[in-house]
Amino acid sequence: MSVMEKYEAVIGIECHVELKTESKMFCGCRNVFGAEPNTNVCPVCLALPGALPVPNAAAIEHMIRAGLAVGATIPTFSKFDRKNYFYPDMPKDYQISQFDMPITQGGVIRYWLEDGRIGECRLTRIHLEEDTGKSTHAGSTDGRIAGSTFSLVDYNRAGVPLMECVSEPEIHSAQEAVAFLESFRRTLLALGVSDVKMEEGSLRCDANVSIRPLGATELGTKAEIKNMNSFRSVQRAIESEIARQIEIVESGGRVVQETRGWDEARGVSVSMRSKEQAHDYRYFPDPDLVPLEIGAERVNALRATIPPLPIERFERYTGTYGLNVKQATQLIDNGSLAEFFDACVRVSKNPQSATNFVLGDLSRLANESGIAVSDSGVSPEHVGELIALVESKTINSKIAKDLVERMWKGDGSPKAIVEREGLAQTSDPSAIEGFVLAVIEANPGPVAEYKAGKTNVAGFLVGQIMKASKGKADPALVQSLLKAKLE
Amino acid sequence: MSSPKIDVAYVAKLARIALTDEEITRFGSQLGDLLEHVAALEKLDVSAIAATAQVVESRNVDRPDIVGESLKRDVVLSMAPSKQGAFFRVPQIIGES
Repeated sequence: MSVMEKYEAVIGIECHVELKTESKMFCGCRNVFGAEPNTNVCPVCLALPGALPVPNAAAIEHMIRAGLAVGATIPTFSKFDRKNYFYPDMPKDYQISQFDMPITQGGVIRYWLEDGRIGECRLTRIHLEEDTGKSTHAGSTDGRIAGSTFSLVDYNRAGVPLMECVSEPEIHSAQEAVAFLESFRRTLLALGVSDVKMEEGSLRCDANVSIRPLGATELGTKAEIKNMNSFRSVQRAIESEIARQIEIVESGGRVVQETRGWDEARGVSVSMRSKEQAHDYRYFPDPDLVPLEIGAERVNALRATIPPLPIERFERYTGTYGLNVKQATQLIDNGSLAEFFDACVRVSKNPQSATNFVLGDLSRLANESGIAVSDSGVSPEHVGELIALVESKTINSKIAKDLVERMWKGDGSPKAIVEREGLAQTSDPSAIEGFVLAVIEANPGPVAEYKAGKTNVAGFLVGQIMKASKGKADPALVQSLLKAKLE
Repeated sequence: MSSPKIDVAYVAKLARIALTDEEITRFGSQLGDLLEHVAALEKLDVSAIAATAQVVESRNVDRPDIVGESLKRDVVLSMAPSKQGAFFRVPQIIGES
C-alpha cells in the first residue's frame, strides 16, 4: 500500500455564484461584468447615509429555483442578516447575507465522473447575499497583497446578487471535487440563473481539505484553500494540499488550521495568515429588510419551471439510451443540442441513430457553418423521418448523408425529397446486376487488375456502380454481386 | 440579577474603536446596565410568542429586476477621501504574513 492509500481525504466545497439579473441585489444599478470601473454605483451600493436596500425579486426566484433543482427545502420563512466586518471593498462595513434562516436548506448535488460513475455530496445550505467590490492591490511589484501599500477599489461588483453554496465534507478526491463543481455549474446554466464563468469570477470556490487515516471517522484538521481560478486549479490545488498534509503527518508533524492561497503559476499553496483568528461577524437581522415568506404556491409555480437537469439527462443518456460518457457529456454541455436530441429521440424512438446524426453530421455542419443545430432549418421531425427511412432500408447511408446536407440547406422533409426525386434504395438484384455488368464492361483495366489478385480495386468498382445507380443501390448487394461476377 | 460579563476591549477592537483603560471600565459598567435592563425580559413568559427578526409587520417587500439610474463617476469619486484614476484608493489592509 502506498503512503497515499493509507489516508482518506475529506473535502468540503464552498462556492460563490453571481446571479444573472439585470440589476443588482438591493438597488437598480446594472449587474454586468466588465463595465468601466465605478460606473454602476449608486447611493445604496455605495452605502451613502440614508440609502435603503430593496431586494431584487428575480434574484430570490433564482435562489428558489436553484434550491429546488438540487432537492433543497425551501423554508416558508427566511430573512437577511448583517455580517459585520471591515474591508474596504465592502462600503457598508457589513455584508447583507443570511445567517440562520437561509432561503434554501439541505439538498444534494449528484455528479458524474469521467468513468461514468455517479457520486453525490449533500449540501448544508445555499444562501443569498451580495457581492463585494473588487480590489486591485497596488504598490507591490506583482499585484499581490503581500508588499502592496494600497488598493484600488471598483464598486461595480458591490451589491451584485451572490449565491453561497456550502457542501458537507463528503468529497474524497480532487476529481470528485471538480465533478461536483461541474455538475453544479451545469445545473445553474440549465436553470439560466448564472453565467457561472470562473474566468469572469461569476463562479468562485474554496475547498476545505483534511486527511484522516483510512477507516477513521473523526475529521482531521482542515486547511481552507482559496484562489482557485479554474477547474484545473481546483484539481491541482486539492491534489497538492492532500499530498502536503500527508507529508506533514507522515513526517510526524501536525496539520495547522489555516487559510492557504493557491498559486497557479508556481503550483503551490501559501499560508495567507500567520495568526488564524476566529471570525466574529456579529450577525444580526438586518433592520432595513423585512423577512421573506415563501408559500407553497409560489414554490410549486417555480418548480414547474425547472428544465431537465444535466444529471437526469446523463442517467437517461448513458442508462436508457446506451450512450457513452463522452457522447452524453457532449450533448449535455450544449444545452440546445441536448434539447434537439431529446426531441429527435422522442420522434424516432431510436436513440443510437439520433446520436449518430446529431453528434455526427449535424454537429459537423453546425461547426462548419457556425450555426447551432437548433437554429438550422433541420427539425427533429425531419431527423425522425430520416432515421425511419434508414431503418426501413428505404435509403442507404450514402443517400442519408446527402439528405442531411440538403435538410441543412433548408430543403425540408427528407421523406418528401426521397419520394419526389426517386431516391429510394434499389434492392432489386436484377436492376443492380445491370449496373454491375455495365461497370465491368466499361473498366477492363481495373477488372484485369482485380483478377490478377489486386482485390483492393473492388472499392473503385463499387464506387463506380454506386455512381451509376445515382447512389441508390444497396451497397451490400452491390458488393456481393460484383464479387460473384468477378470470380 | 448580576450584570452579564462583557469583554469591552474585544468589542471595541471588532468595531475599530480605540478606548483607554478608563473608558473600558466606564463603558463596561454602562453596557452592563443596559443589558441588565434588557434582561428583565427573562422574567416574562414568552413561550407562546414566536421569535421575531423584525418589528415591522410587512413581508416580502421586493422590487422588479429593472435597471435604474446610477451615479456619474466623477460625482462618486468626488466624495472619496482618496482616489486614483477611475478608482477609490484605500490603505493596504492585510498582509500575507
